[in-house]
Amino acid sequence: MKVPLSWLKEYVDIDLSLIELADVLTMAGLEVEDVLLVGLPNPYEQAGAPQRREVSIHGLSWDPEKIVVAQIDEVMPHPNADRLVLCRLNDGVSELVVLTGAPNLFEYKGSGPLARPLKVAYAREGARLYDGHQPGQMLTTLKRTKIRGVDSFSMVCSEKELGISEEHEGIIILDDDAPTGRPLVEYMGDAVLEVNILPNMSRNASMTGIARELAALTQKALRKPQVNLPANGPSIAGKVSIQITDPQLNARFVLGMLEGAEQRPSPYRAQLRLRLAGMRPINAVVDATNYVMLEIGQPLHAFDYDVLVKRAGGKAPTIITRAAHPGEKLTTLDGVERSLDDFTVLVCDTAGALSLAGVMGGQESEITPGTRNILLEGATWNFVNTRRTNSSQKLSSEAGYRFSRGVHPALSSEGVKLCLQRMAEWSGGVIYSDLVDEYPLPAADPEAEISTGDVKRLLGIELTAAEIAALLSRLEFACRVEGNSVFAKTPPHRQDIGTGVIGRADLAEEVARIYGYDRIPATYMAEELPEARVRRPIQVEKLVRQSLARLGLQEVINYRLTAPEREARLAAAQPEASLPTYITLKNPLSPERSVMRRSLLAAILDTLEKNARLRDRLALFEVGPVFLPVEGQALPDEAPRLAMAMTGQRGTPAWDSPDSAQLDFYDLKGVIEGLLESLHVGNAQYSHTDNPAFHPGKSAQVTVNGSVLGVFGELHPQVKARYDFLAPAVVAAEFDLAALIDASASRYEIQPVPVFPPVLEDLALIVDESVLAADVEAAIRQGGGKLLTGVRLFDIFRGEQIGAGKKSLAYALSYQASDHTLSPGEANQIRQRILRRVEQLVGAQLRS
Amino acid sequence: MGEDENILEELDDIQKDGLETLASVQDEAGVQAWRTAHLGRSAPVMLAFTRLGQISKEMRPAVGQKANQVKLALEAALEARAEEVKIASLRQKLDTERLDITLPGRRPTLGRLHPAAQALSEIIHIFEEMGFQEYRSPEVETDELNFELLNIPAYHPARDMWDTFHTTVPGTILRTHTSPGQIRAMREMCPKPIRVILPGMVYRYEQTNASHEMQFNQVELLAVGKNITLGDLKGTIEGFARRMFGESVRVRMRPSYFPFTEPSADIVMECFVCGSKGCPVCKYSGWLEIAGCGMLHPVVLRNGGYDPAVYSGFAAGLGPERIALLKYQVDDIRNFWQNDIRFLEQF
Ligand SMILES: [Zn+2]
Repeated sequence: MKVPLSWLKEYVDIDLSLIELADVLTMAGLEVEDVLLVGLPNPYEQAGAPQRREVSIHGLSWDPEKIVVAQIDEVMPHPNADRLVLCRLNDGVSELVVLTGAPNLFEYKGSGPLARPLKVAYAREGARLYDGHQPGQMLTTLKRTKIRGVDSFSMVCSEKELGISEEHEGIIILDDDAPTGRPLVEYMGDAVLEVNILPNMSRNASMTGIARELAALTQKALRKPQVNLPANGPSIAGKVSIQITDPQLNARFVLGMLEGAEQRPSPYRAQLRLRLAGMRPINAVVDATNYVMLEIGQPLHAFDYDVLVKRAGGKAPTIITRAAHPGEKLTTLDGVERSLDDFTVLVCDTAGALSLAGVMGGQESEITPGTRNILLEGATWNFVNTRRTNSSQKLSSEAGYRFSRGVHPALSSEGVKLCLQRMAEWSGGVIYSDLVDEYPLPAADPEAEISTGDVKRLLGIELTAAEIAALLSRLEFACRVEGNSVFAKTPPHRQDIGTGVIGRADLAEEVARIYGYDRIPATYMAEELPEARVRRPIQVEKLVRQSLARLGLQEVINYRLTAPEREARLAAAQPEASLPTYITLKNPLSPERSVMRRSLLAAILDTLEKNARLRDRLALFEVGPVFLPVEGQALPDEAPRLAMAMTGQRGTPAWDSPDSAQLDFYDLKGVIEGLLESLHVGNAQYSHTDNPAFHPGKSAQVTVNGSVLGVFGELHPQVKARYDFLAPAVVAAEFDLAALIDASASRYEIQPVPVFPPVLEDLALIVDESVLAADVEAAIRQGGGKLLTGVRLFDIFRGEQIGAGKKSLAYALSYQASDHTLSPGEANQIRQRILRRVEQLVGAQLRS
Repeated sequence: MGEDENILEELDDIQKDGLETLASVQDEAGVQAWRTAHLGRSAPVMLAFTRLGQISKEMRPAVGQKANQVKLALEAALEARAEEVKIASLRQKLDTERLDITLPGRRPTLGRLHPAAQALSEIIHIFEEMGFQEYRSPEVETDELNFELLNIPAYHPARDMWDTFHTTVPGTILRTHTSPGQIRAMREMCPKPIRVILPGMVYRYEQTNASHEMQFNQVELLAVGKNITLGDLKGTIEGFARRMFGESVRVRMRPSYFPFTEPSADIVMECFVCGSKGCPVCKYSGWLEIAGCGMLHPVVLRNGGYDPAVYSGFAAGLGPERIALLKYQVDDIRNFWQNDIRFLEQF
């Protein structure tokens, strides 16, 4: 909410600087997001200003020497230009002639000396202003120039030039009481505080609301606007009646009347305030309703009384409030015909709907230039219904904003009275001496209790009951102290205080706010420590991610939202019926992100594809959930997964070794082996898989103790073709992270560091091409037994020398005993056992 | 007699001549040549030894001693000179072996964790040191846990604070914050004291732009016990800020509003980008918001199974990406999930 400082000062004395004021409000939960200067000097640009910013302050400061109140005594035609006039102007020092093109002076052109001089904002040469002819706010310095042969060195200003609004149609014409010759900043310089009103502070969405908080915070008196109906006006009795159908929807409805209003603009002072508060002045009657809404927070609605009488067939109208009928329609004053929902509350008369209660008036009964007699509504509406209507009608108004957060019913009559007073002042007319007031559901204004113990227990501060009562009394709570407890009756302007334990928390917050959050000492919990819980999956997941980074892979994190088509790229073509089910959004932002992913592999391949042209080598991994709907269950299984994808060159190219081999199956397998090793997963088995995403010959599934941990391999050429990859091969993997974590060992035994030297030897074994390396190694290990401590395949050879259909696998072996150095004879025995066993099991011959 | 005296002078000359010529020896070959000329078999000093027999008995020891001194002096000088020549020639050789040290090094491939994960784990680590333990809860949640049990009934004004993705399953949504985990943790652990940290991805139905994402991480703290105060909350968050941003950082707790806490607060920290002098990052306010927090609302405590008359607690929420955004001056939050390798590699 925009809060002009001058307006705030009407209700409370402020002896704080702008910076202090912003800080006091912010520290009470009324965050001042920024301060817009409209004339006043910037405290950060003054001598001795603090180095540190506490709040953002910007805007235009008016030089008191160069921008002053002046008066135009005569408006004369320009000799050479129809669109310009010459003003005979008095700036308090001298009389001079000023040139302007302001259309709102043309009506005075050539009518001789003015009986009522026009008070204006006058800028002298050298004044800093916003350029009225440029879009936005461009600072400019007023320089001497010649316009159409006439010297021009000063000007009368528009609101835009002074930073008040975007208005540049005409110049500002001030109220008659403006003192000629005085600095403009003294007369009307201001600063607008942008205050963020929290949802539980809707009571403060007004000038008096903020002033009340400020009064409480600075211990000053609040000057509420005085509201009195004239005792001698006509009576409203018999002029109108009210029927409230459902008090839950409409707790209170108040009507007042003004007779004989004239439609004219409000005083400039009021217009300026409306503008600074972000509203557009319209005419005195409408401005008065808006002004009072901003002033005390009660939205008001003015009807043309004569229209209502006409609709009632010449009789006194009856105002009826009720929920809309399904399919009911109303044309609102913005000219839109609206189809209404049953939760929308209407203000009607016997002839039908008049307005959307608390949201927007209807077209037919609105104030027109011909309106003379005004019926003024001040009511209280159910905030839930107002919210729903705001959102279903896509309307946002100042009134709807306040009603959708709750307005206290006590404000209804206050608002009507104050508004009638302002209307009569600005538009003339006679105020009726009484109101019609239906109040079927009085506000509860509950009493809540808080004790000194509660304050200690919740806030950590020691206060006496009297101190607590004093703090709450500053906010107008009526407090009663009983022993260590304070019973606080909610003041009749707020609806955010509950009862029982909730009321206690509500009061605790108010005590803390007024006491000052800054004064609450920072402590550390003295509370008993909870028992330690071991969350092994979280620990192992962290280890997985660290291990993969150490193995040279870059972690990525993708959107969890995707489209089924993106994931379908991985699958073989399949019938529609067997498509997987997804957690699907009812309100997606785009079709690209409409379901929760089921495949982490698909996500990481998308990322790999996106980066494929950026690097010669890419190796990525991601850890995260996939979302698998479960039949008969609202929430899906959020299964943790690990995906990896690699493509391009094996090594990082260097300037003297520019190219390296392409990453393939065995690179990824090496990463997986490294991962399993760092997790101490033992006994992993690799077997071929028929997963359709992968090349059937170049892919494997990893199994540990019968449980499948994951699949990996080269992408199936048909799958790869659906992506934009340059490299000849892409290898990828998807693991079930939960299974991987289960397979990891939290405890493992290590082998003692050997004391006696090993015997090293190389054995080349010739086997059939179809024999698997894993089987050869297993046979070697069987033959070697415990004394065989190392087996490493270091070469594979195929060639004429060993015959077609054969391959030679060369192994570096080490034999070692833990208690003595092996003799050549013992080593030979081991070798012989190995050779026998490999011949037996895999038909291997020693290559000589 | 005169002959014998002359030989002593002659030996002086031999030494003098030898040392003089040695001074001009510059390389290994010169050293060898000099050795042959001055210490070889027919070198003058060696010849002096062969002439000893011809010298008178009285003079012989003196001459012999002298010849020996000269020989030793020449040998010592040669050794020193040979070392100098060796060092000089090594230096010369090394001079020819200068690398262009500005050429790039050969790098092992380096893997990294995602920047959001790095920020998240830094935050988690700090809170773990303070005794908070990680607790996870689902990302697809019920409306009941995400809103209603957290004191946010339907059509409550506070619902405006969260734009929600709904799923086609009625009452099932993508969680808008990690707070439903509060209820889950409380219901699991009641009536024991709680000190947990709830990290994870949350979702907002919001058009993405440089400062808004539809998906982001949150870290939520939850402490429940019998004597936990607003002061404890302040101390905990201040302790976090000092560990995360430095010992001298200025932190403030300001009143705020969340439906599930009361009293509620925002934690702001002085802008480390500009030192609170005003910059676009802090929007010229000098302050950066780093957390929202508050004392658990009695309704929430009750929904978690704890009696609000006996128990109290606090909750606080932080955004790791936002903290990374501030810390590394990332200008666009969308960078985090776009996974452009050129972005990721910088962390
Ligand atoms: Zn800054």
